[in-house]
Amino acid sequence: MKRWLPLVIFLVLVGFFAKGLFLNPHEVPSPFIGRTAPAFTLPLAGNANASFSPSDMKGKVWILNVWAPWCSACRQEHGYLMQLAQTGAVQIVGLNWKDADREAASLLTRIGSPYIAVPDDLDGRVGIDYGVTGTPETYLIDREGIVRMKHIGPIDGEVWIKKFEPKLKELGA
Amino acid sequence: MKVFLLILLALPVAAFSAEQTASLKEALPVSDEPAIEQRMVNLAEDLRCLVCQNESLAGSHAELAEDLRKEIREQMKAGKSDKEVIDYLTNRYGDFVLYRPPLKPVTYLLWFGPLLFLGIGGSIWYATLRRRRTMQSAEIDEQKLAVAAQLLEEKE
Repeated sequence: MKRWLPLVIFLVLVGFFAKGLFLNPHEVPSPFIGRTAPAFTLPLAGNANASFSPSDMKGKVWILNVWAPWCSACRQEHGYLMQLAQTGAVQIVGLNWKDADREAASLLTRIGSPYIAVPDDLDGRVGIDYGVTGTPETYLIDREGIVRMKHIGPIDGEVWIKKFEPKLKELGA
Repeated sequence: MKVFLLILLALPVAAFSAEQTASLKEALPVSDEPAIEQRMVNLAEDLRCLVCQNESLAGSHAELAEDLRKEIREQMKAGKSDKEVIDYLTNRYGDFVLYRPPLKPVTYLLWFGPLLFLGIGGSIWYATLRRRRTMQSAEIDEQKLAVAAQLLEEKE
């Protein structure tokens, strides 16, 4: 038994390292889970007279998708978000983060918009308030306005079925 | 070979001067208040940039780091204390933003783990030493010793 001990310790270490190797260091646990989504009021991209505020969504389960026209990973998930919007599974709001070139409105008319509203966060302040580290990041917010889940990185079918659908079911949406 | 060595020697110098010009460029948009700037840099050195996670907030060129530095600067100008600024950041980004993790139940293992391992190592060391001591002080059988001496003599 004693002779095998170093090997056992070694294998345990290998196990830890192997696990660590496949973790995504950008998947930082969000301190917002279980907390009320920060309030904000922002003008809409392409329509500065209208505005959006999370309180507009009270009573609905909805998704806040932080994206930007300059972000290529956002373009990757765009197709899937379009599908989601068409099935009407959930309402998606697209926070337009730091769009210094003011491209969001024209881009969305060109490629189609999965969003019910596109609040325009030009200086990135609202993004900071939500703890955004990069686009795309997506928050699932419940009827009471509480953040239930955060996903970092693009959404595809697999992510949706594995992460979002069970949570949505739990929230009864 | 000599040329190669020369190039090898020159590389760090070239890298250093490139770095210097970069930092000179960086130094331009500094705040008009050196005291605030110094406080901000001191604080940001202990904070993690969330985009390039191995860089500090003070040293990162990422756009988000720049925004956060601006935010820290503004809050300091508004009279916020260092602790209030850190609370502002941890409320948004979690403890992950801190290079010095706070002492709380989930981080006990992190803080006291080294002590634990020192204790384990120390007790193994102590146990080994004790075992050796008892081995040395094992009783010597005078008879057997005499036989051994005899055998050795015979051989010679």
